[in-house]
Amino acid sequence: MHGVSVHHYLVLSAILFSLGTFGVLTRRNAIVIFMCIELMLNAVNLSFIALSHHLGSMDGQIFVFFVMTVAAAEAAVGLALMITFYRNRESIDVEEFNLLKW
Amino acid sequence: MQEYSYLWLIPFFPLLGSVINGLLGKKIKNEKVIGTIGTLAIGLSFVVSCRYFFQLIGDAVKIHEVVLGSWISVGHLQVDWGFLLDPLSALMIMVVTGVGSLIHLYSIGYMHGEEGFYRYFSYLNLFCFSMLMLVLGNNALVMFIGWEGVGLCSYLLIGYYFHKKSAGDAAKKAFVVNRIGDFGFLLGLFTLYWTLGTKHGIWTLNFVDFAEHGHLLGTGSMVVTVVTLCFFLGATGKSAQIPLYTWLPDAMEGPTPVSALIHAATMVTAGVYMIGRMNGLFAMAPDTMMVIAIVGAATAIFAATIGMAQNDIKRVLAYSTVSQLGYMFLAMGVGAFTAGIFHLMTHAFFKACLFLGSGSVIHSMHHAYHQEHLHDDAQDMRNMGGLRKKMPVTFITFLISTIAISGLPGFSGFFSKDEILWWSFGSSRGHWLLWLVGALAAGMTAFYMFRLVFMTFFGEQRTDARVKDHVHESPWVITLPLVILGFLALVGGFVGIPHVLGSVFGHIPNKLEHFLAPVFEHTQELHHIAAHGSSAMEFGLMGVSVGIAVVGIVFAWLMYLKRPELPGKFVASFQGLYRTVFNKWYVDEIYDALFVNPTKRLGTFLWRGFDVVVVDGIVNGVGKLVTACSTALRFTQSGFVHSYAFTMVVGVLVILGIYVLK
Repeated sequence: MHGVSVHHYLVLSAILFSLGTFGVLTRRNAIVIFMCIELMLNAVNLSFIALSHHLGSMDGQIFVFFVMTVAAAEAAVGLALMITFYRNRESIDVEEFNLLKW
Repeated sequence: MQEYSYLWLIPFFPLLGSVINGLLGKKIKNEKVIGTIGTLAIGLSFVVSCRYFFQLIGDAVKIHEVVLGSWISVGHLQVDWGFLLDPLSALMIMVVTGVGSLIHLYSIGYMHGEEGFYRYFSYLNLFCFSMLMLVLGNNALVMFIGWEGVGLCSYLLIGYYFHKKSAGDAAKKAFVVNRIGDFGFLLGLFTLYWTLGTKHGIWTLNFVDFAEHGHLLGTGSMVVTVVTLCFFLGATGKSAQIPLYTWLPDAMEGPTPVSALIHAATMVTAGVYMIGRMNGLFAMAPDTMMVIAIVGAATAIFAATIGMAQNDIKRVLAYSTVSQLGYMFLAMGVGAFTAGIFHLMTHAFFKACLFLGSGSVIHSMHHAYHQEHLHDDAQDMRNMGGLRKKMPVTFITFLISTIAISGLPGFSGFFSKDEILWWSFGSSRGHWLLWLVGALAAGMTAFYMFRLVFMTFFGEQRTDARVKDHVHESPWVITLPLVILGFLALVGGFVGIPHVLGSVFGHIPNKLEHFLAPVFEHTQELHHIAAHGSSAMEFGLMGVSVGIAVVGIVFAWLMYLKRPELPGKFVASFQGLYRTVFNKWYVDEIYDALFVNPTKRLGTFLWRGFDVVVVDGIVNGVGKLVTACSTALRFTQSGFVHSYAFTMVVGVLVILGIYVLK
C-alpha cells in the first residue's frame, strides 16, 4: 500500500481547484482569469478520473469528455470575446469592463 | 298524432338571416339584396308558422312538445332545447312572423339610404329569432333566452343612431330598466323551481309540468303569491307597466319600424304572453291577480293622460301603447286571459299600422325638409296638418286603425276592448271601479288618437310654404304593409265576437275563445273565473263605453278642428295641470331623484372612496414596496466581475460549511 492512492489525487485536485479559484478572484488580466478557470475545470476532471478508477465505473470518464467539450467551446467563445474587448478598449483588464451595472 | 318535428325551422330562418346579413352585409352593400335576405328569412318563417298553425287547428291534440336535444343536464336540473306548440304559442308565432314580415318589407323603403342598412336588418332578424324562442320555448329557461334576446335587440335598435346622445341614453335606459324586471323574473323562477323541487320532489322548468303540478303549491299560498309577483315584476319591465314603463316613450329614439315591431306589436307583449303561459300559477294567487288588474288599469289611464298632451307623433303612440298594454294586464288580472290575448293580437295589428303610418308621415316630412334644407322637427304634429290629400293611402289606413283603437263598433279594437271591459266588470275577480277606470281610459284614448289624426291629416297644412309640394305619398313597400295591416285592423276582431253579439246575429261562435280554450279553460273552471251578468247589462256597458269613446272623439273634433283656439285657452286656464301632464307627471324627474341619482352617488363614492383609495392604495403600495427594496438592492450589481465571483465563492463556502459542520 505504498503506491499512490485515490486520496493523493483528490488532494492534488483540491489544491489545483483552490489555486484556480484564487487566480480567478485576484487576477485582472482576462486571459489569466480564463486560464485559471481552465485550471479549475481540469482539477475537477482529475477528481472525476481518480474516482472513476477507484469505483471501477466508467461514468466519471464519460463526464470528463463532456467537461472537455464544454471547455473547448468555452475557450472558443471566450477568446472571441476577448478579441472584441481588446478592439473596443485596447485592454483586457476586467476592471475596465463594468458597464453592465445598475 | 301529427308531426311537428320541423318546428325549429321557425326561429332558425331569422337566425340564419341575421347571421348572413351581420357577417356578410358589409360586403354585400346592395340594399335590395340585404333587404330581400332579411324579409325572406322572416317570410319563410311565416310560411312555416302558417303550415303548423293550420295543422294545429285541424289536429285533435292541441298541445305538442318537440324536443331537439338536451341542453343542461346537472343532477335534478334537466333542461332541453324544446319547443311547445299550443294554441297560445301558435297564435303568437302567427302575429310575430306575420307582422314581422310586413315590417321587414316596410323597412326596405323606410331605411333606404341609411348608414348601416345591413346592421339594421341583422338586428331585426335577430330580434325575430329571440321573440320566436321566447314564444315557442317549452321551458322557462329557453323562454328566458328569448326574454333576454329581445331585450338585447331592443337595446341595439333603440341605439341604432348611436351617434346621437339621446338615442344612446334611451337605449341604456331601456336596458337597465329591463334588467330590473329580469331580476324579478329570475327570482320568481328560482323560487318556483326550488319550492317545487324540495317540497314536492318535482324538479322541473317545463311549462307543461308547471301547469300539471302547480296546484301542489296550494291556492293562495304565500309562495305562489311571491313567485307570481316576481314574475309580474318581470312583466312590468318588459311590457312597460307602472312602475317600470318609463323606458318605452324614450325608446322612440329608434327607427319607426322598430317602434312598430318591438315597442308596439311584439316584444312589449311578452309580459302578457308570459302571464298567459303560466295562467295556472297566476290564477292560484288571487292577490297577485288583483295587483295585476290594478296596475294594468292604473297604467291604462295614467299613460292615456300623458298621451293627451304630447306633440311628438311617436310619443303619443308610445304612451298609447303603454296604455293599451295596461288594458291587456287588466284583462289578465281579472282572469280574462282570452280577452287579453285577443287584445294583444288586435293591438298588434292596429298599433303596428299606426306606427308604420306615422313612419310614412315622418319619412315624407323628413324628405321634404331635407330637400329644402330646413331643420324643422319632422315628428312634431304642430308642423303637420292637411296631409290627407297628399298621402291618401297612409291617411285611410291610419284612420281605420285609429277607429279600431278607439273602439268604435265593428272594428277590431271594439271587440277586444269591450271583452276586457266586460270581464273587468263582470268577472268574479273584477270590480266596477276597474271597469270605470278602463272606460275612462278608453274615452281618453279616443280623444288623443283623434287629436293626432286631426292635427296630422286635417285642417291647414302648417308646414313651411316651401315644403308643401315636396310632401307626397310613400312608395309601395311602405304602403303595402299599411294596407294589409289596416285591413287586419278592420276585420281582425271578427275572430272573437262576444257571445251576446254573436247570439243576436244568429249564433256566431267566438272562434278565438274556442281556439284558446285548451290553454285557459281548465284554469278558469278550476278557479271559477267567469264573467257573470245579464246580456242586457253587457249591452248597457258596451253602449256606455262606446258613448264615452264618441264623446272623446267629439271633444277632439271640437278642440282641434272646429275651434282651434280652444286648446290654447284651456292650457292658459289650467297652466299648472297642463305643464304637469306635458312633463309626464314628472315621473322621470322623481325617479332620477329617488333612484338614479342616489345610485350614481353611491357609484361615485365607490369609485372615489373605495376604488381609488383602498383598492388602488393596496395595488400601488405593493408596487412601491417592491421598488424601494430593489432600489436598495440594485447597488450590489456593480458590474465588477470579481465581486460577483467572490460572492459566488463565499456562497459556496457557506453552503459547504453548513453541510460539513451540521
